[in-house]
Amino acid sequence: MTVRILDAGPLTTVQDLGRTGHLRYGIPPSGPVDRESFLLANRLVGNDDTAAGLECTYMGPRFQADRGCAIAVTGAAAPVTVNGEPAPRWTTIVLRAGDQVRVGAPRVGVLSYIAFAGGLDAPVVLGSRSTYLRGRLGGLEGRALRQGDVLNVLEGPLPAVRSLATPPPVGGEQETIVRVVLGPQADRFTDEGIRTFLGSAYEMTQQSDRMGARLRGPRITHTRGHDIVSDGIALGSIQVPGDGQPIVLLVDRQSTGGYTKVATVCSFDIGRIGQVKPGRSLRFRAVTVDEAHRLLRESDASLDGIATEEIA
Amino acid sequence: MRFLPAGDLAVSVELGEEISVEVNTRVRALEFLIRQKGLTGVLEMVPTFRSLLVYYDPRAVGYEAVCEAIAELAPQASTAVLPPARAVELPCCYDTELGLDLEAAAKRLDLPVDELVRLHSGAEYLVYFIGFTPGLPYMTGMPERILLPRLETPRTKVPAQSVGIGGIQCCIYSVDSPGGYWILGKTPLRLYDPEAPDPILLRPGDRVSFRPIDRAEYDRVAAQVEARTYTPVIA
Repeated sequence: MTVRILDAGPLTTVQDLGRTGHLRYGIPPSGPVDRESFLLANRLVGNDDTAAGLECTYMGPRFQADRGCAIAVTGAAAPVTVNGEPAPRWTTIVLRAGDQVRVGAPRVGVLSYIAFAGGLDAPVVLGSRSTYLRGRLGGLEGRALRQGDVLNVLEGPLPAVRSLATPPPVGGEQETIVRVVLGPQADRFTDEGIRTFLGSAYEMTQQSDRMGARLRGPRITHTRGHDIVSDGIALGSIQVPGDGQPIVLLVDRQSTGGYTKVATVCSFDIGRIGQVKPGRSLRFRAVTVDEAHRLLRESDASLDGIATEEIA
Repeated sequence: MRFLPAGDLAVSVELGEEISVEVNTRVRALEFLIRQKGLTGVLEMVPTFRSLLVYYDPRAVGYEAVCEAIAELAPQASTAVLPPARAVELPCCYDTELGLDLEAAAKRLDLPVDELVRLHSGAEYLVYFIGFTPGLPYMTGMPERILLPRLETPRTKVPAQSVGIGGIQCCIYSVDSPGGYWILGKTPLRLYDPEAPDPILLRPGDRVSFRPIDRAEYDRVAAQVEARTYTPVIA
């Protein structure tokens, strides 16, 4: 079956869990910024976690299915309609041939995810269907969706209709708390700089994208210069250039760089960063590597344990 | 050797402080050994000048355990374990239209343009690592006589495939991007080609040389690259 894009929205891309093994050639993993919302969308339509779906930034698309199928919309609090009638998020939605779906602009949060039962088809490039926009790689011709695009959906059984008992509060917190492990270059900052980093609120700016979240707030001061011998940049690395303003590197990041990195955001909190709207703020809280691993196990378990109830 | 945590999924293994062939060789050798041994839980690695970023799966291996396993392999990490380096010859057109800074660099170095081209193309360059943008090589091997500080005002857009120098480094831009190197010429080959089955031309550890070509040959090779009929010279 196919899905025709009637309106693409400002930045809608095909993503799966991303590509592994190509960072040594400068090719980032890509994949969804908010992995948790992405996985839940797939699970609500009975897909494997690895199936490809859509990531939508701010405004979602308007599209039409040519045959009956099932979809789920998760992530930011964006209004969903089917043929103009409100439809639920975090729930399997069964479509009939010709139904028109619209995912609007979110009240809260930034990123919405749309999963299709069976998963989207797109050429597998270097082991993944994910779109890497700057490298014009993967997805649909390496670019964001445009009006008139037609996406193929792989055949899959029609799933049972499920809903999440308690959807996660995406982007809805007053002030988002993000857990970090200090380092690898925390020793290149003054004690005052580290205190400022951990004790202040940092505001999301408009210049943020899938490559990195640029934040604004009290200056994080260095001890001796902000340049290092270029080294690898991990998911969540927080670079602090000379202006003392942090940049959190995300899924489309450059593989290496020469700025000092004060800390690294834990993998399970990357999605929370992606859901913070420009103008809203977040705070960093330091944890040890051991604590981070314990929290990761808890996060995995809670994701696997999120109750889906059959409603139908 | 230092192990520096990089969040919950990666650890940065530092093998030295400085940019040197010796330290970088150990970094690449360590990466090779870890891949060869198939260390439990290691997902991927990024070698750089003096450190190796190791991504691991904490569901499969703990931080201490992965660091210990790497530390055990480190003493064997030397040139001896690495497979022979590839020698890659890149045609390069050093003319003033494609070499945006060729004349300015020659003037700054107080060299005739021909002599600058002779010196740059007469050297062999080691690819320390690939990074920043897809397929971009970080290389050294510059003759002393042509060392220049980077441009005071970086360009906002350097065309892909431009060959530049700055400090001790030689660089080839893999995509259009901002840049601060002096551009001496351009290769008709693509360092990054998203539509090719293998999009990346160069590998860490490659030995790169430049073969000067004139504009007519540049255009000819560029047409072959476009038609996907060109095979790079790799030994």
